[in-house]
Amino acid sequence: MKRCFQVNAEDNVATLLEDAGPESIAVLGLEPNATVEVLEPIKLGHKVCTRAVAHGDLIVKYGVPIGVATKEIPAGAWVHLHNCASRVDERSNHLDVVTGVAKDTAYA
Amino acid sequence: MPERSWTGYLREDGRKGIRNLILVLYTVECASFVAHAVAEGEDDVHVIGFPGCYDNAYAIRLMLALATHPNVGACLAIGLGCEYTQPSRLAEVAERSGRPSDWFFIQEHGGTRSGIAKGKEALQALRAKLDAKTVRVPMSWPDLIVGAECGGSDGTSGLAGNPVVGRFYDLLIDRGGSAVFEEIVEMIGLRDVLRSRAATPEVALQLDHAYEKAERYCKAVRQYSVSPGNFAGGLTTIEEKSMGAFAKSGSRPIQGVIEVSQQVPHPGLWLLDSVPDDHFMQFGYTNPNDTEGIMDLISVGAQIVMFVTGRGSVIGSPVAPLIKVTGNSRTFARMNGDMDFDAGRILSGERTLDEAAMDLMQLAGDVASGELSKPEALGHREYFVMYKHQDTPPLEAGCRA
Repeated sequence: MKRCFQVNAEDNVATLLEDAGPESIAVLGLEPNATVEVLEPIKLGHKVCTRAVAHGDLIVKYGVPIGVATKEIPAGAWVHLHNCASRVDERSNHLDVVTGVAKDTAYA
Repeated sequence: MPERSWTGYLREDGRKGIRNLILVLYTVECASFVAHAVAEGEDDVHVIGFPGCYDNAYAIRLMLALATHPNVGACLAIGLGCEYTQPSRLAEVAERSGRPSDWFFIQEHGGTRSGIAKGKEALQALRAKLDAKTVRVPMSWPDLIVGAECGGSDGTSGLAGNPVVGRFYDLLIDRGGSAVFEEIVEMIGLRDVLRSRAATPEVALQLDHAYEKAERYCKAVRQYSVSPGNFAGGLTTIEEKSMGAFAKSGSRPIQGVIEVSQQVPHPGLWLLDSVPDDHFMQFGYTNPNDTEGIMDLISVGAQIVMFVTGRGSVIGSPVAPLIKVTGNSRTFARMNGDMDFDAGRILSGERTLDEAAMDLMQLAGDVASGELSKPEALGHREYFVMYKHQDTPPLEAGCRA
């Protein structure tokens, strides 16, 4: 079974330790035998939602808010730039969701 | 972990080191070739230097802090002969601290060949003096100051590499030791978290001040410390990246904020502010590379520095041994000759965070006892001293025209 790692009990996301989904994967770091049903393909190092989140709720990792949900996020969904925004850095909310490259920079 | 003790070196100023080094310092880039040639082939001789010809208060403080570092027992300062920074003054301060010291200008000794010969001769004399006055002394955790830095990070650094250093920091502090962390520009978005760790209301004000300066710095350079590669790798916000870096501070109260070259005032956890102060040249750079950040940590008295690197870095440091920690077991296997500690075992479930922190403490004790860390054994001695502005004198001083 593929794996993800949740740092803190209060977190609503876990980080994937390998590419996975859609499939059921193990959630390491807290209680034994925990799993999450991943709904879509998510890459290594990216986050999966482990508890459903409403629009406007805080995304919590390391036990602290790392951003705010910009739409409703079901458990098992990929959490990234398309549904989670920084509360201090406006620019990162306009980056390409896959490459992370800035779309607001003119090259001509 | 049972109490642990080892035999260190007692300096006349009362500080205790885990190495007994002779430090060669050069005072301008033009003297660096001779300085390195003097140290060549001498295992206990390390080199640092400042490349600038115009002097800089920050760089001078940094060199003085390294010249009087607990791991250093003697100093040789080498200048070219026309630069602002004076090797005689560096040697004077080191000598006053009880460390046998000497200095010379290359121009007064006939150039490269005779300069190297003069330096080798001076080294021999310094080593004889150092040997004659070396006092061995028992040391234990309360005598130790450890620094931590991360670089070449990947997704494992925030999950395992930095947290295991943080948990080790907790263990060290609970046993009376000292720990220092830095990279405050990577704490953006964590103002409340940072404040909640302040030991006193006064410290909370210091943290506010340092945080605000870091924020002004980021705005001035129009960039938070996060890159397209970080986002592509799965980091979604600066807060998330910050928290991964902040994890290496552990969980104990922060005793205060110190600047580069300021000595750790008393045991506990300290935040090192290496961000340049606001200055007419804008800010300059906070940590232009990992080596510069490591030098900052050594300047406040760290006898050992932990370096967390998920992707795998191959640097070392002079003066204080660097211990390489990776949260990525594949990096540990691939770069085994460079990596000291595999924190990836936390992610694979082989070790709990607490067990791994104990293992890391054991390793820190071994290195403090004299065992060479991997970068140290490989001969890595990278250093980087640059112009920076912290606590500068008034700008108009000295120029009346």
